[in-house]
Amino acid sequence: MTKVAMTVNGKPVTGEVEGRTLLSSFLREGLGLTGTHVGCDTSQCGACVVHVDGVAVKSCTMLALEAEGAEVATIEGQAAPDGTLNTIQQAFQDHHGLQCGFCTPGMVMSAAALLKDNPKPTEAEIRHYLEGNLCRCTGYHNIVKAIMAASGQDVSVLAAE
Amino acid sequence: MYEFDFIRPETISDAVTVLQDDEDAQALGGGQTLIPVLKQRLAQPSKLVSLAQINGMTGIKSVDGALVIGGASTHAAVAMGAGGYPALAALAGHIGDPAVRNRGTLGGSLANNDPAACYPAAVLASGATVVTNAREIAADAYFDGLFGTTLEDGEIITAVRFPVPEAANYQKFVQPASRFALVGVYVAKFADGVRVAVTGAGDDGVFRWSEAEEALTKEFRPDAIMGLSINPMNMIEDLHGTRAYRAHLVGVLTKRAVAAALG
Repeated sequence: MTKVAMTVNGKPVTGEVEGRTLLSSFLREGLGLTGTHVGCDTSQCGACVVHVDGVAVKSCTMLALEAEGAEVATIEGQAAPDGTLNTIQQAFQDHHGLQCGFCTPGMVMSAAALLKDNPKPTEAEIRHYLEGNLCRCTGYHNIVKAIMAASGQDVSVLAAE
Repeated sequence: MYEFDFIRPETISDAVTVLQDDEDAQALGGGQTLIPVLKQRLAQPSKLVSLAQINGMTGIKSVDGALVIGGASTHAAVAMGAGGYPALAALAGHIGDPAVRNRGTLGGSLANNDPAACYPAAVLASGATVVTNAREIAADAYFDGLFGTTLEDGEIITAVRFPVPEAANYQKFVQPASRFALVGVYVAKFADGVRVAVTGAGDDGVFRWSEAEEALTKEFRPDAIMGLSINPMNMIEDLHGTRAYRAHLVGVLTKRAVAAALG
């Protein structure tokens, strides 16, 4: 076992991990942050997306020790401490951007990464950016709509779901 | 995954020492292929030697008309920073998905040499040079069959030097589940000739299509390869596409790449 230290959602954390411990396992089992979901475990579904040093990564395809010293942001750090949803989360609720909710943590974290780089993405840019996030419920329309709304754009022009 | 020790050296020489002292140690780039391989227990390294902390392994600079890109540069960094070679930046920006591009590296892709990876086509078509801790390897002498390269044990790709062509384009027919190339064709036009490299199709990995290169060197337009065809016998066949289908795609994508390079 090796000691690992990183910052998660602004708080310094430490833990004991094996070389083979995945970042997703450390977050979920080491820190109890089970909002980060593991869907496919083959780096395809994107439910496990978190931010490491400001960029989106698939936490099931990164070792915990690779995140030594890094700033990690997970879905648990997105809402305000009193539970008030952030703009993206609220838009997902307002526009019915989720059904079962399993993919939602990854969708929200990917959307946050997109909007940081591209504050007013087009519908096509959103769909392209979400290539690595799979949703088996919504058909994506309302997710795309929610992200457009979160970026302050008029979504009435988007086709109804 | 089987157990392994994780090591994060800060210099290339420390990394090389570990890799050379233990033949079961393996270098780790961004892990976007290696970690899935380990999860399936298809490999059992004793140690993973992360190259992420080594200084001087990232960054993009222009040297004598060539773009020199650090081996640990992520696909996202190349997509953003290789504006001096737009076709290469575009290729990097369409590998995998955004989260994969934030971790996967140029050196990692080349060391792995997946027969459907994008970068090998860019390196071969550009006539790039693979720079390691020990030597420089010309693209034509680097790739060695499926998942094979001429890298020695413990040899680390520190950078790749890409000559910048007059015009170039990469056309990738995406296999939608994996986002690898079902077939990808990279065309690069230099003052002294055209190079065409094909990934995803050949049963011996990335290859140059020399007949198309000759025809396009004489006349750089899509119709110049009319009548040329690839022998399907040497193509990959799997549930995503037959040999004949892949051979056909090589011709179609080559024409599209030439048309796009002409802008």
